[in-house]
Amino acid sequence: MERDWSMANRASGGNARRAWRRFKRNRVAVIALAVLIAIVIFSLSAGLISTFITGFDYEENHLDLARSKPGEHGYILGSDANGRDVLTRLAYGGRVSLLFATMAAIATLLIGSVVGMIAGFASGWTDATLMRFADVLLSIPSISILVLVSSIYRPGYFLLALIFSLLLWPGISRIVRGETISIRSQPYIEAAQVNGATNARLIGRHILPNVLPIMLIWASQVIPAFIITEAALSFLGLGVQPPRPSWGNMLLEAQNYYMTNWTNVFLPGMMIFLTALSINLIGNGLRDALDPRMER
Amino acid sequence: MIGFIVRRLLQMVPLLLGVTFLTFAIVNFVPGSPVSTMQLNPKARPEDIERITQNLGLDKPWYERYLNWLGDLLRGDMGLSLTNYTPVTDRILGVLPNTLLLTCTSLALALLIAVPLGVISAVKHNSWFDQIATVIVTALAAIPSFWMGLLLIILFAVKFKDWGLPYLPASGMQDMRSAGGIADRIEHLILPASALAIVQIAGWTRFIRASMLETIGQDYIRTAQAKGLPARAVMYGHAFRNALLPLVTLVGLALPEVFGGAYLIEQIFAWNGLGRLTLNATQSNDYTLIMGATLFFAFLTMFGNLLADILYSIADPRISAGRARR
Repeated sequence: MERDWSMANRASGGNARRAWRRFKRNRVAVIALAVLIAIVIFSLSAGLISTFITGFDYEENHLDLARSKPGEHGYILGSDANGRDVLTRLAYGGRVSLLFATMAAIATLLIGSVVGMIAGFASGWTDATLMRFADVLLSIPSISILVLVSSIYRPGYFLLALIFSLLLWPGISRIVRGETISIRSQPYIEAAQVNGATNARLIGRHILPNVLPIMLIWASQVIPAFIITEAALSFLGLGVQPPRPSWGNMLLEAQNYYMTNWTNVFLPGMMIFLTALSINLIGNGLRDALDPRMER
Repeated sequence: MIGFIVRRLLQMVPLLLGVTFLTFAIVNFVPGSPVSTMQLNPKARPEDIERITQNLGLDKPWYERYLNWLGDLLRGDMGLSLTNYTPVTDRILGVLPNTLLLTCTSLALALLIAVPLGVISAVKHNSWFDQIATVIVTALAAIPSFWMGLLLIILFAVKFKDWGLPYLPASGMQDMRSAGGIADRIEHLILPASALAIVQIAGWTRFIRASMLETIGQDYIRTAQAKGLPARAVMYGHAFRNALLPLVTLVGLALPEVFGGAYLIEQIFAWNGLGRLTLNATQSNDYTLIMGATLFFAFLTMFGNLLADILYSIADPRISAGRARR
């Protein structure tokens, strides 16, 4: 028995290595991964960029130098209506956007997969209740609920990430539920049950490893969506609040003077676009790499 | 058929209850009440606060308030707007046509581009056309709609004007001076509808391509090919029609996203619709209006789903028959 598990572990390690080999063969996905890593490094080193490259703090304003074009007055990418450095704010904004989307995605995955597994495993009443609840959430445009919630509670962005997950778990929970049901009916699950495996053990040892690739692919689709939704909320003035920059509230600020400084609209949106696109492409690569049916 | 529709309507009841309760809970289970800010105001007299509390029914337990509110809702009464004390229902219905005009136009526009793109991609599977289309679609999927809207304004309204080219209006629904003939209204519709359409194209194209590919793999397509029908007749006569069937349902399912997109686009283009109304309401803390609009979005979405289901069961008799047997 002991030995079997270690074999299983080694096999799954082998799977990961094989998936990585297949992923590497997908040139587009590898380039996308490089772009994403560049964006992450850019955002995480916001403090360094502020100290060593731009020389501006993200809150530091020079009203006399407001709305500088890129390159003017030492602003590499220009300045906004308060004379704050756009490059510095892009980096800090990226940190907020990326951190937010990652937190929200992890929380959503946790809630969604737990609910999905419970529903798929328990079936009957529990299943029906949970899924009807999911239906309710799926039938409301999530942005309108988000607008409602954030206009009333004005959440900070940690709380906002939690609210995202509370509203958006149904998508992944349906996928996980479907997968759980199909795995549960496999003969090897029956065999494990006959061998005296507990439900917790079945889920941890057999169901979870099988659902993991799907969850990973789902995350690659949903993180871009979360980045865009957070930007949308901030753009409406309901998400990340100034002076803390986020790509969304930078766009909000810049839309007031797009006549003179179009780059201030272009740049934050471009960051959102590049981030979302690269994660999407990585997701496509992951899907090809993780689906064993695609082999050869 | 009738049975199917009735059953489908009955299925909506718990959904409606859920949606209304959720909305009610979000607004009403806020720590503190709408009058708590008034209590901090030294100019507000205690008896006024008392009166407002009673008028709003805030002295009753939450389930009683929910049932009362639900009863009003059933009669089409969503309460009065807290900013100008007009009925919320009237204000919503007043701007609803604008939102529907924008969303329906964008939907039509998106399908007009996505259907040919998806079908040709599938018919010429793995060709250069398919590959380029896939690249475009992947890129489109990553574009935030509000950014797209701003870029369209900058290019077609601002830069085109600078360059002396024919340009489009940047915002609003009609020209204030000429008070809007049909041509003028269409001119104002082009940019917002395009911005909203562009972000939808990706999803539709992917879906249509996948659906078409699946249909092409079916036995009856092979039969049609085997009996010597020309490829064109097989693809566009047999496969195309069947591949588009599921689209009906998907249009219904995509409605939350379409309406969600309208939220932002209306704001950018100063389009006087439901989204803009809601957002203005959030800025003035007009909770009854926000609640009403949120519910309305939800109702609209559910109604769209229902319509899609019914249309689908008309288009594909297997569906309602299959459900009836169960």
